[in-house]
Amino acid sequence: MEILVCVRRVPDTSENEIQLNSEQNDIERDDLVYSVNEWDNYAVEEALQIVGRLGGHVTVVTVGGEDDEEILRRQMAMGANHGVLLSDAAFEGSDGLGIARILAAFVKKGSYDLVLTGVQAEDGGAAVGGMLAAMLDYPFASLVNAVEVLDGARALRVSREIEGGNREISEIDLPCVLSIQTGINEPRYVGMRGIRQVASIPIPTHGAADLGLAAGAVGAAGAKVTREDYFVPPAGKGAEMLQGKRDEVVDKLVELLAAKGGLK
Amino acid sequence: MAPIFAYIEHRGGVPDDTAAELAAAARTIDATSAPTAILTGAGADLGAVAESLRASYDEVWTIGGDALAHPNAELVRAALVGALPRGSVVLVAHNHFGMDMAPGLAVRMQAAMVSDILGIEAVDGTSMRAVRQEFGGQVSAHVRCDLSAGAVVTVRPGAFKPAGGAPVNGRVVDKSSAIGAIAARRRYIETVVAEAGDVDITKHSVLVSVGRGIQDQENVALAEALAEALGAAVSCSRPVVDAKWLEKSRQVGTSGQTVKPKVYLACGISGAFQHLAGLKGSPFIVAVNKNPKAPIFQYADVGIVDDVLEFIPALTEKVRARS
Amino acid sequence: MDGFLPPAQATFWLIQGRTLFWILHLLGLACFLYIAARRFVPLMRAERDVRFDRPLQRLGKVAQFWFGQWKHPRYPLAGAIHILVFAGFLLLATRAFTVLIHGVNEDFVVPGLTGWAGRAYALVTHYAATVVFLCMVVAAVRRLVFKPARYALPEGASPRRALDAIFLLGLIAALMLADAVYEASEAAAHAQLGHHGAPLGALSMPWMLEKAFASASVPALHRTYLGAYLAHEILFFFLLCYRPFGIQFHVETSLFSVYFAKLDRGTVKPVKWGVSEEQLAQAKSIGVKTFEDFTWKHILDFYSCADCGRCSDNCPANAVGRPLSPRFITTKGRDYSFEHYPVAGTARNGTPLIGSIYSEDEIWSCTTCGACEEECPLLIEYIDKIVDLRRGMVDEGKVPQSLQKPLKALESRGNPYGKMEKKRADWARAKEFRQTCEVATLDGSQRAATLYFVDSITSFDDRMQSIGRATARILDHVGEPFGILGAAEKDSGHEVRRFGEETLFMALRDHNVEAIKASGATRIVTADPHAFNALRHDYRDVPPIEHISQVIARQVKAGRIAFAPLADSQPTYTFHDPCYLGRHNRVYDDPREVLDAIPGLKRVEMDRCRDRSFCCGGGGLMLFYEPKEDQRMGVLRVKMAAEAGADVIVTACPFCLVNVEDAIKVAGLEGRLGAVDLAELVDRQIARPAPPAAPGEAPAGPGRDVVM
Repeated sequence: MEILVCVRRVPDTSENEIQLNSEQNDIERDDLVYSVNEWDNYAVEEALQIVGRLGGHVTVVTVGGEDDEEILRRQMAMGANHGVLLSDAAFEGSDGLGIARILAAFVKKGSYDLVLTGVQAEDGGAAVGGMLAAMLDYPFASLVNAVEVLDGARALRVSREIEGGNREISEIDLPCVLSIQTGINEPRYVGMRGIRQVASIPIPTHGAADLGLAAGAVGAAGAKVTREDYFVPPAGKGAEMLQGKRDEVVDKLVELLAAKGGLK
Repeated sequence: MAPIFAYIEHRGGVPDDTAAELAAAARTIDATSAPTAILTGAGADLGAVAESLRASYDEVWTIGGDALAHPNAELVRAALVGALPRGSVVLVAHNHFGMDMAPGLAVRMQAAMVSDILGIEAVDGTSMRAVRQEFGGQVSAHVRCDLSAGAVVTVRPGAFKPAGGAPVNGRVVDKSSAIGAIAARRRYIETVVAEAGDVDITKHSVLVSVGRGIQDQENVALAEALAEALGAAVSCSRPVVDAKWLEKSRQVGTSGQTVKPKVYLACGISGAFQHLAGLKGSPFIVAVNKNPKAPIFQYADVGIVDDVLEFIPALTEKVRARS
Repeated sequence: MDGFLPPAQATFWLIQGRTLFWILHLLGLACFLYIAARRFVPLMRAERDVRFDRPLQRLGKVAQFWFGQWKHPRYPLAGAIHILVFAGFLLLATRAFTVLIHGVNEDFVVPGLTGWAGRAYALVTHYAATVVFLCMVVAAVRRLVFKPARYALPEGASPRRALDAIFLLGLIAALMLADAVYEASEAAAHAQLGHHGAPLGALSMPWMLEKAFASASVPALHRTYLGAYLAHEILFFFLLCYRPFGIQFHVETSLFSVYFAKLDRGTVKPVKWGVSEEQLAQAKSIGVKTFEDFTWKHILDFYSCADCGRCSDNCPANAVGRPLSPRFITTKGRDYSFEHYPVAGTARNGTPLIGSIYSEDEIWSCTTCGACEEECPLLIEYIDKIVDLRRGMVDEGKVPQSLQKPLKALESRGNPYGKMEKKRADWARAKEFRQTCEVATLDGSQRAATLYFVDSITSFDDRMQSIGRATARILDHVGEPFGILGAAEKDSGHEVRRFGEETLFMALRDHNVEAIKASGATRIVTADPHAFNALRHDYRDVPPIEHISQVIARQVKAGRIAFAPLADSQPTYTFHDPCYLGRHNRVYDDPREVLDAIPGLKRVEMDRCRDRSFCCGGGGLMLFYEPKEDQRMGVLRVKMAAEAGADVIVTACPFCLVNVEDAIKVAGLEGRLGAVDLAELVDRQIARPAPPAAPGEAPAGPGRDVVM
């Protein structure tokens, strides 16, 4: 099976304190450490396990710049066979739709049986996978937490995570796009040694012209959604200690819970 | 202003809570024009839901068909593309269904796509300014969305309060004929229900979390009672799992699960770094602990110094009495 | 002598003795040499090991541990038995050799063992054989009747192993008996014939047998004599050739195991001997994945294990029900070796070890506390093997999910918590603390002779930061100019290395060495035994390092630290030896001297103290690992403290403190047991006209420990 996994380099939420900068219009970007988006990592592991069982190749692709090569290499150190960078000044400022268009153009150049994305990235948009599928006219399933390749490798049986811990089981024809949920598998560890070994492998790069993309379709020019700023809604500091007799405290708490959406 | 539609999810003949929330969101976008509810389904259930929506929507479009009995996002999407006029603004709840159906719908309708909005600040002409969160809720952002070619907007459940107001007397319009044949390249097989005890605490927006202060396995039942009254799930810190009072899947922390609830009740939890690191986003944290110096009080929004074994039952009683 | 022919001249079933025994000797020897050569084969295919250096030091170890049986008395009864049997074997060696030669040359006498020396030696051998025989009986009774727990077989093992042990004991006893009968029957016959040789040792086995044979006829005695000799021959060569098939191989290999034992304490072997660190990146595979990836010394260890179980008996992971038993690591390795490299037949290709004879959890369970290596009388090494197996797993990406996040954080942020580098020195900037003590950052603008290496947990953990502050105040009090590296410090990498991520360890180490050099410090102090061990043994080219307990002890003796009496002298204190301060680095007395210098402090020792200290649960990455266990090591340890009558547990390691404080709660002993770090206690008790300890510090004494 030929599997393409779309990956993204994001600031690691567990190793960064996401804070506003002093101008209060963006997050503080000095001192951020980046890594591959956690969902995408699960997707790559799933792809590796599938080709491990059935044979084939895993390609990882990202839209970005030179800085983003490091995550392609990390996924190649993990076992992906190929890494591709889609990079062009014209891509900058793309919204989710733009990213999906760029990825779609790349997918159409190759012949992949399966395209995987993570459910979402740090911006929580969770839309690129679904948009990509529609652009390719492939069937789509999101929040996938189990994948089984059916005999003949022409369809998959997938489980989707739905509310209450339940799972929706469907069959989906190949080629298709899936967005992968965390916890689907246990990603293998990528050691520093492995990363050093792939440090100098060349990463092919494709630009707008290679992909046949018109300038107005992508990048800031083609964006329909733009982020204006970052801000933090005002919040209090430290716990407000509720004083009084237990009954009074309970009453106060119930009111607070109701206001915060904690009651049924 | 383009027509505004709200896709309504339902189960068992009853609309989802988000139906009223989407109506409120629609009115924030355009206070003057009335949104249209649109829903898919089959049989009597569909009809019953449509009926109940007449009170809050001027028009209720139904698309019925056996194939649509289960909300298969692929089929629903195809149906909506057939029925919705180009340039519409479509509101969908941002949940497991919305995330599945909405993005592809935007592309098929050649519309903009903006997801998981928490608020709408302004709409001037065809530009909507909305509020989203990023980085697991650590920061908020203002985004601008161009509505000129239509848009699909997914709305965070619970972000918009259902607007009060006089009930309308909407009419139901059957649009079933609008859809043609739909190729089922994704076919629904079945739903596997989680085993009792297979609760996924990461999917709950309210958690009653217990720590060592619960003191004994038997006392976990107190937390369970409170959780039931709140419609919440019980989670815990590591010591509770180590003591085998709850299973591992309930643990919140660096070596447990990462949760992003709206409300987190930390009962008898001291607030160790390893535990709190599993709590992301900006939940409303209530801490109950008999130690006034417990570190949790530095992280909580509201703190109560009391014996959890006494406090929890008292709270449960009040919550039950209220609902 | 008339009729009573020596074995060489007698006839055995038509064959003359001399001929028969030449054949037997040559066959036996050839058989043994062939078996030994076959056993050598896997060693030839194994990885390199550098063990031929420092011969004098190695001979010293042989003298102490092999000849001197140094570790044996740690288990008194088994130790006594073994020392006696070992001494007996050494003493009897010459006799055995002589007896064998008699089969082909009846006049042979060992040069020098003539006259009174020969007679004296003969007496010694009578008693030696008796003692060995009795020891075999006692050992058999122990195994069959009392069944010590540490001899228990692994689940699913065939009972053959247990029977094998009894069989061997029986064989040795039979050998002693055969020799005694041989001696006694000759002496009895000679007595009857009127030739009196030297008397047999009174009350020895041969002596008693001689008395028993007194009434037998000479021909009967002669037959017995020859029969005993033949039996002796057969038993001797059977044992010689049988030993390499089981645990008794240690008789031959122990000398080599001890000679080639690891000399460098506290450090872990390089990934591959002879392969430089730069070359490691190119290596196709690192770590132990298949059997041949072990070094020859490690395979020799598998041969040398006597299956005594002392290692597992002291292993804390084993005690809490984790899947690890060091003894089974070795015996499974041995079984694998015998199966895949059989004496008869061709060597078979092996499968990866993890997943076949070892499980992943088994190998991750080890806290590297070193209790097993401390106990082993044969100096068998475990930590290096486990680290090598972990290296293999890391190389294949098989790392438990719970460890991947801290490892990733160590890579990006230099600490396992993922906290920002620039906040590493925040513990020193707490407002109230700064009023009592200013901590310099040695970033070039400030210099000091002493570097306080804080390491990650003390820097970032809210509770453990108080150890940092206490340590700083102590250094301040003794007037020692010091500073910290601050944001330039990264995790020492001690556990990173021991968990098999060698490349990440090297990156952390290289970074720290640069920073230490840039600081200009000429000595290093730390309160973290893991950092202490890393900088002392894993790092090269850094200034000498001391643990804070050593500094305090020295300053107390020099009179620069005096203690105020304890406010509450009622509680009893006990010191828990951290594995990386005590066992790995032999610092046992300094912390105790410090505690004993505090007026009013009552101290008791736990049974398991000093080099028998019981691991608290482990530090560094081990804090993140999720083992399958019946209970926590820390819980067992605090119960030991309670049993010893202690009210307060004093430790000198932040990881020990985390685990102990946690365990006190889990064990339900809050209010009855408390815990405190040595530096915290010292800081509190130093007699100085200084303000009281900053808020948030842990008070000592029962029931007042900080909630975690």
